[in-house]
Amino acid sequence: MPKWGLSMEAGKVTDWLVSVGDEIENGTELCEIDTDKIAGELESTWTGVVRALVVEVNVSVPVGGTIAVVAPADVPQDEIDAVVAEAREQLESGAIEDDSGPKVQTIEVGGHQISYAVLGEGDSEHDPVVFVHGYGGDKNSWLFVQEPISADRVTYALDLPGHGASSKGVGEGTVPSLAKVLLGFLDAVGVSRAHLVGHSMGGAVITAAAADPSGSGKVASLTLISPVGYGPDINAEYLRGFAEAESRRELKPHLLNLFADPGLVNRQLIDDLLKYKRLDGVDEALRTLVAGLVEGDKSAVDVTADAAGFGGPVVAVWGREDKIVPASNAGGLSGSATVHLVDGAGHMAHMEKPHDVIAAIREATGT
Amino acid sequence: MAIRKLSYREAINEALAQEMERDPSVIVMGEDNAGGAGAPGEDDAWGGVLGVTKGLYDKFPGRVLDTPITESAFVGAAVGAATRGLRPVAELMFIDFAGVCLDQIMNQAAKFRYMFGGKAVTPVVIRTMYGAGLRAAAQHSQAFYPVFTHLPGLKVVLPSSPYEAKGLLIQSIRDNDPVIFCEHKAMYDVTGDVPEESYTIPFGEANVVREGDDVTIVALGRMVSFAQQAAEELESSGVSAEVIDPRTVSPLDLDTILESVQNTGRLVVVDEASPRCNLATDISAQVVSEAFGDLKAPIKMVSPPHVPVPFAEPLEDLYIPSVQDIVNAAKTVTEWSK
Repeated sequence: MPKWGLSMEAGKVTDWLVSVGDEIENGTELCEIDTDKIAGELESTWTGVVRALVVEVNVSVPVGGTIAVVAPADVPQDEIDAVVAEAREQLESGAIEDDSGPKVQTIEVGGHQISYAVLGEGDSEHDPVVFVHGYGGDKNSWLFVQEPISADRVTYALDLPGHGASSKGVGEGTVPSLAKVLLGFLDAVGVSRAHLVGHSMGGAVITAAAADPSGSGKVASLTLISPVGYGPDINAEYLRGFAEAESRRELKPHLLNLFADPGLVNRQLIDDLLKYKRLDGVDEALRTLVAGLVEGDKSAVDVTADAAGFGGPVVAVWGREDKIVPASNAGGLSGSATVHLVDGAGHMAHMEKPHDVIAAIREATGT
Repeated sequence: MAIRKLSYREAINEALAQEMERDPSVIVMGEDNAGGAGAPGEDDAWGGVLGVTKGLYDKFPGRVLDTPITESAFVGAAVGAATRGLRPVAELMFIDFAGVCLDQIMNQAAKFRYMFGGKAVTPVVIRTMYGAGLRAAAQHSQAFYPVFTHLPGLKVVLPSSPYEAKGLLIQSIRDNDPVIFCEHKAMYDVTGDVPEESYTIPFGEANVVREGDDVTIVALGRMVSFAQQAAEELESSGVSAEVIDPRTVSPLDLDTILESVQNTGRLVVVDEASPRCNLATDISAQVVSEAFGDLKAPIKMVSPPHVPVPFAEPLEDLYIPSVQDIVNAAKTVTEWSK
């Protein structure tokens, strides 16, 4: 049972998408999982044959519990049976030690306390991946993406200043200033070169970081998800409305613009965002960010020149139904990037169609 | 947000500490709030009768005041100090003792803004314990908050969890009107997720604790967790219940309740206060008046019987509305037909 989000303690398999005997590989969709916060599909990070399905559907399983056994076809059945028996015993006794999820740490970067989740182990062949969320988001938004990408490398998902568990002062709060914080973060955690993945405002931030003189040579590739800064169109009403909304009733209509499927705007999502917005200092942080992001009804950010100067791979993913930073902006990437337009996704492709985002990151990192 | 588990007691303590840190005009006063701390041989003794203010005395010397056992005097002093620029948080040990200081609350604190034409503000918070379940008998177990709700000029807060307790108390302290902050004495050891950062929860915004389509259950304070358990039981028998926690009863977020009733057509209101003129009758009357056409069944009110809280343990247990009472009420309204 994977850990999707830092607060997840248990989940239920609601549907198995594979059967015993199926051969699977990296990226095969294994099952659908429902948690108290979110539902999604679990993708394989293993290659082999599904030898056993350990848990029934709709039974709560703690994070870290064994739900299926994958092994090469030549492993004898009695070994598989022994593993299943042990797994079931563990599930029944509740003695499951979960150390599978990301570790959350805090580090000081230029006067900001930056919270981040680190997951995975790597070597000198595989530069780390660093995830940068968008306006109003946080490190938890990578819940479907960080774990698969961490299979062969270290991954970091950070909270930008003003967001998540990081300190709430944003300083100038402009894209270049946030890019400085990102580069400072790489230095602070000792990463000399990284693949950067950025969503929305985070897409502009990683592009600016790649162009910053102090970022020279530190950025291996860029994966952009509905990035800001590549065209004039932006839903300024959303940005302002999100900053100003004080109640569930005020916030919900704005959030409905985030996803292709409005059903994803559930009570839990609204509650979590309201809880974030109620923290001291968040109001001011969001207003400062909005002032740097929009001018009237248009984007105030342009990173196309920054992108043009970057020599590494650039891969972009854009939901066709994006109502915040519309896919019409993707023209700003032509020539410099591979652009994947994704059906059935809005502004949150990494939550709505994580498979496509994972594939794009693998394309950018060359794996 | 940096989240961890805190108890209701710890969440209240942290709210006080963070606001005292942020704003030097915040002071804490009440019976045994320091509890002998500062006296020879004592460092930090009680921190209030159930230890809620424990530890504050050392952190904020001179700003945690023990008072005589004279509610009329120290509540009056807190109200007066509030009009002169402090933000006092006075601890009225049991809400049952409000009788002896009611004039200070009802005729003074609640009236100043109105009678001085808005020129006076009274940012006082009165923290007080209510509720049955701790074998404390008839004079220490009442749920007296409807009386304060009755009084214009007061804000009345009923935190239902550690998260609500911290955010609502910080909001109470920053609010410029007198606030009666009602803590359920049986909830102090209840734990839940609470952010480390300071945050506020706005008054007059109900929390939809759980969504459902068949029946709306409005519950207050400790009854919110009972209603959640009832909703889980109801789910297993095929009834989908929406649970709403108003969080503050003055102001009351009637819109969220009406919106829900519009969808479900059925309402159960759970209130631990005595059944006559309590919040259940008040909310029911307002829903009937505003949404009669949406109702598919009579409203059910789940409240204790109209008797003092019994001291005999089996009787006290029977007195408190139970999860089963809520389940039964919800089934009555969902199965009702003319």
